[in-house]
Amino acid sequence: MGSFLIRRLAQGIVTVVLASILVFFVMRLIPGDPALLLVGTDASAEDIEQVRERLGLNEPLVQQYFDWLAGAVRGDFGPSFTKGAEVGNLMRVALIPSAELAVAGYVFALAFGIPLGIVAGLKPGGPGDYAATGFTMFTLGIPNFVLGIILIWVLAVLLGWLPITGRVGIDEDPVEALRFLVMPMIAVGAGTAAVLARFVRASIMETLNQDYVRTARAKGLRERTVVMRHAMRNALIPVITVAALQIGFLISGAVIVEVVFARPGFGSLLIGGVVGRDYQLIQGMLVVLVTVFVVVNTLADVAYGLADPRIRVS
Amino acid sequence: MSVTSEPTTETLQIGARESWRDSPRVELAMRVLRIYVRNRPAVFGAFILFGLGIVAAFAPFVAPYDPLKADLCSECVFQAPTLDHVAGTDLLGRDLLSRTIFGARIAWQVVVVAIGVAICIGVPTGLVAGYVGGKLDELLIMRIVDALMAMPALILILAMTAAVGPNIINTMLIIGIVWSAGYARLTRGVVLSIMQEPYVDAARSMGAGPRRIILRHLMPNVVAPVVVLASLSAAAIILVEAGLSFIGAGVQQPTPAWGGMVFEGYSNLFRSAWPIAAPGIAVVLMVVSFNFVGDGLRDAMDPRLRNIR
Repeated sequence: MGSFLIRRLAQGIVTVVLASILVFFVMRLIPGDPALLLVGTDASAEDIEQVRERLGLNEPLVQQYFDWLAGAVRGDFGPSFTKGAEVGNLMRVALIPSAELAVAGYVFALAFGIPLGIVAGLKPGGPGDYAATGFTMFTLGIPNFVLGIILIWVLAVLLGWLPITGRVGIDEDPVEALRFLVMPMIAVGAGTAAVLARFVRASIMETLNQDYVRTARAKGLRERTVVMRHAMRNALIPVITVAALQIGFLISGAVIVEVVFARPGFGSLLIGGVVGRDYQLIQGMLVVLVTVFVVVNTLADVAYGLADPRIRVS
Repeated sequence: MSVTSEPTTETLQIGARESWRDSPRVELAMRVLRIYVRNRPAVFGAFILFGLGIVAAFAPFVAPYDPLKADLCSECVFQAPTLDHVAGTDLLGRDLLSRTIFGARIAWQVVVVAIGVAICIGVPTGLVAGYVGGKLDELLIMRIVDALMAMPALILILAMTAAVGPNIINTMLIIGIVWSAGYARLTRGVVLSIMQEPYVDAARSMGAGPRRIILRHLMPNVVAPVVVLASLSAAAIILVEAGLSFIGAGVQQPTPAWGGMVFEGYSNLFRSAWPIAAPGIAVVLMVVSFNFVGDGLRDAMDPRLRNIR
């Protein structure tokens, strides 16, 4: 287990470093002088030169990369070119609302998708399976922003049950915060719920065909015991990996859903960066997101190894 | 000598005459088709995609109005569906059905070009990585592929769009580049497993060079999984492009992309919800169809491909 962990950790670090190199050099393709963005167009040539010096823009690119990386490791991502603040601080402020949405959406996906897949997989061809398959096909096909708008139109505009856009912090008013969170949470999590439901269904159907399930039935165990003790435990192990991989898609999806519901967070920050061509902001955010993604995947692999001893050996 | 050679030429000629039916390739294609048509959702999906393709190809003849022609009189804008405007009109009085039809053109264009780019970069990369193996494969190519795949796709695409500017050409190329990593990984996996097969060793021992092994033995095995991946990634690409156009980082106004149309409709949701209906339904139809077709092809071509997403 120890060497498995170290190997995965090393792989993860290599991936993050490579990703940071990719991001850093792709971002340098952005035309225009960031110093000019920072000081404004009416600044004198000396001012611009001074800012270039301060940002280290006169250094060779490779030097710039290592300076930036050294800062990033310490949480210093440099100044944003358009927002008049440190990138690190901007991300810290955006983190809480985004994390709130991502976690809520993920919990929704797990709590909805896995039971749905179980119901469908235990009785393939039954009414539960039809309902689940219909739901997953529709949800896999609908863009999350369209789903969000439909929710808004029905639940907020027509019925007036929920507030449309914005956010209230959980620490300020928990009930109101949840009311603001319900629709974005569903819009973010529905796609992941569908992927999970599909996967769980297939996994359970496959497990129920295994010899050991037949053996368990043949020796007269109750169906309930067969399903819970023998089939379910084996069927749900591979779900860990799929569930973890979905986190990346969830984060991607949250960016757009945040725009629909006008929620503050990583989404609006990133889009602001794209519109303003603020590469300092974009590269900081990308590296943080990639790190989150890699950490989650590594943890998932480790959890998979713990849940299924066969993986560790191979 | 002449007595023995005659029947041989005769059978050869018969064989040649019937070869298009008897060749293993045609037989394989027929078997795939037979399994495919038994899958009702897959047939439905193919039918819808074919229809959307026709509509996209002949958009100027199919669409009842000019998709860009505005009509700003107060009763012309935000019309609910009528016989004149089956899907209603938008905030500028433009016909929504016509815009949705031209939107199918954009969607098909993005899918075809992006997947073309992804295949042209990804498949050769995977072939070389898998065939050459060793350090080049492990240390260089696959690490870059891993890094690309470690980034949430939409966010990576957004960042690259910031670098080169948002327009339809850039969007198609960037999506293709980002998606090529998946094709490289898939191709490499297939190549690695085929290289274990005895017939590759046999070919090599008979003096076949890398070129012949790659073209005759590896490539044909790569085709089926790549086709399946293409139809499934088409669904994902439509969703990503719609998302990009929705937030203004993809196809730009006034070109009628479905995502951008939904955004316009959303901005005026309190006036009318109709402008969202047509492009919204179109996106769902196309994505669901590609998913159905992908699943159908996968089941028909090779049940072992079940794990391709």
